[in-house]
Amino acid sequence: MEAKQYIGEGWKHAILIIGAIVVMLPFYMMVSMSLKSQQEIQSISGGLIGAQETQTFPVCVKTGYSEETCTMKPYQYNYWFAFEKAPIPRYLMNGVIVTLSIFIIQVLVALPCAYALAKLRFYGREFVFSMVLFCLLIPVHGIALPLYVMLAQAGLVDTYSALILPWTISVFGIFLMRQFFMTVPDELIDAARMDGMGEYAIVWKVMLPTAIPALLAFAIFSVVAHWNDYFWPRMVITGNRDLFTPPLGIREFRGGIDSDEFGPMMASIVTVTVPLIVAFIIAQKRFIEGITLTGMK
Amino acid sequence: MGTISLKNISKSFGSTQVLNNLNVDINDGEFLTLVGPSGCGKSTLLRIIAGLEQQTSGDVLIDNKNVNRVRASERDLAMVFQSYALYPHLTVRRNLETPLRLRDYNAFERLPLIGNFSPSKKEKTESINQLVNKTSETLKISELLDRKPGQLSGGQRQRVALGRAMVREPVAFLMDEPLSNLDAALRVHMRSELSELHNSLKTTFVYVTHDQAEALTMSSRMAVMIDGNLLQLDTPQEVYDNPSSLSVAQFVGSPKINIFKGTADSGGTVGFLNVNLKRKSSESNTDLHIGIRPEHLEIINESNENTFSGTVAYRENLGSDIFFHVNIEDGSNKIIVRGLPQFTHQISNGSSVNIKRVSDKALLFNQAGMRVQFTNA
Repeated sequence: MEAKQYIGEGWKHAILIIGAIVVMLPFYMMVSMSLKSQQEIQSISGGLIGAQETQTFPVCVKTGYSEETCTMKPYQYNYWFAFEKAPIPRYLMNGVIVTLSIFIIQVLVALPCAYALAKLRFYGREFVFSMVLFCLLIPVHGIALPLYVMLAQAGLVDTYSALILPWTISVFGIFLMRQFFMTVPDELIDAARMDGMGEYAIVWKVMLPTAIPALLAFAIFSVVAHWNDYFWPRMVITGNRDLFTPPLGIREFRGGIDSDEFGPMMASIVTVTVPLIVAFIIAQKRFIEGITLTGMK
Repeated sequence: MGTISLKNISKSFGSTQVLNNLNVDINDGEFLTLVGPSGCGKSTLLRIIAGLEQQTSGDVLIDNKNVNRVRASERDLAMVFQSYALYPHLTVRRNLETPLRLRDYNAFERLPLIGNFSPSKKEKTESINQLVNKTSETLKISELLDRKPGQLSGGQRQRVALGRAMVREPVAFLMDEPLSNLDAALRVHMRSELSELHNSLKTTFVYVTHDQAEALTMSSRMAVMIDGNLLQLDTPQEVYDNPSSLSVAQFVGSPKINIFKGTADSGGTVGFLNVNLKRKSSESNTDLHIGIRPEHLEIINESNENTFSGTVAYRENLGSDIFFHVNIEDGSNKIIVRGLPQFTHQISNGSSVNIKRVSDKALLFNQAGMRVQFTNA
């Protein structure tokens, strides 16, 4: 390689690094603030982790704990107080219940639909598929109000059903899986039919295993979207704190009697974000495979 | 038993007619090849027999029973596909077991975990294992049973696909170009293996191919299809020696048959170029196509009234034979002549040669492409 090429490559890397920093900076702030004390956060001092001086936290005392209990290092306090103040495990569990239920039902609906749209010949198939594409264009917020009214009429507001039901049919999932199934050779399906499988058996025993990469990609889209969703839970969970999903839980730390306490707030956000990041890292390789396969073929 | 009868089968996709009123009777234990150029409808016909496609009209009879309304899996046929169509996520053993499990286990026994509580399941599993082991030994794939299809070579996948068809011991095997994904050497080898397998199983084989060489080498009878029509159904030798029409003659045989433009005079004497045939045509006063296969032409040294001459444009040496592509002198034809290497090795590109035909081998076709017989054979 010549020097010129190195410079060219250098430019590309410089731009990418700047992009990476821009993306990573909020995460850095989040982790840093979850470790520091309130004074350090407000005076923007202390670097990544702050001085970590043992101190007594006034908000804690005001809440009604003894001074002895409230004396510790800032990072301990932030995480301890986050869990003390809000039932974060409960929120996380709600998040898991809701996102998993949504994903499982979405798969149960999307796979047979996608199979029918990709591999079965029936009258009106192209029309149905064009309707699927059309539904991709409808923004969630546009239909939120009618959805809410329907759920309210059915008496489902403030239940898990309200969080789950509206998202069980994912047109994006149907579309994504249909595109993937188009690449599965017809002969494989014919072979399964000759072996005696029915159409549902083909979907679950032949198509599903071959579609694992695409399904994983869809899983990440779906789980991330519903784990992080604030808009919809905020609408349908009006009073019952036991049904709060993680993003609603974070809201607990905003305002209130003790003004904004950023340390515990950021600590709770870290707790809520980490499961997703871990899941993504585990699935990363497969995820990228799935995307390229479905996107390019 | 494994007889299959197709009666007046027609198939159209929308306004396109794919199959045109076909009638075929396939005997028990026969190796029948459906052969034709791509797009002639042979695969569609096979899929209609299999039950994967519904014919527009006509009847399919298996063992004299009408199966028009019977589902693919209940016709007791097994199919081998061009792309093998093995389940990519299952091991070879599970691939072989799948058709048996679906046939033998009932719905309850197929359930995971609790299915094992069924009292009859153990016995069935035993017999499935035996069948799988027997089949894999016959096909010499026993050592591959624990691998996944992705870890196998093309030839091995081919065997597994055959195995999956064999385990069920069906009344007939349907094969859709099963050798076309293999390399040339392996394909030739598998041809003989398939023939041997057919001899030992004595089951009906229906084999679809576009390769006339496969049809000629393996089948007991071959059905030549072109454009959705069945043109000829006969033994390979008969189809080769006695094609019913010009299209069949041109399709079967490699290199292709040479076609000369000729005429029959009022007395039925057939002439082409400067040569007259000894035998007389049954049609007189007409233009004819005269077909002569490359091996029925010879290159000789002397010229006489029975020879015609040309220049060698291209010499195709296959070792055992040399095929000469010759431009005929009047410029009308380019023909192919077979020469034996020991006599013709000195002939090179560009040299001019005299060509003689072997008598009694010419085939006559009329303007419509139908066969014309000789009167005094």
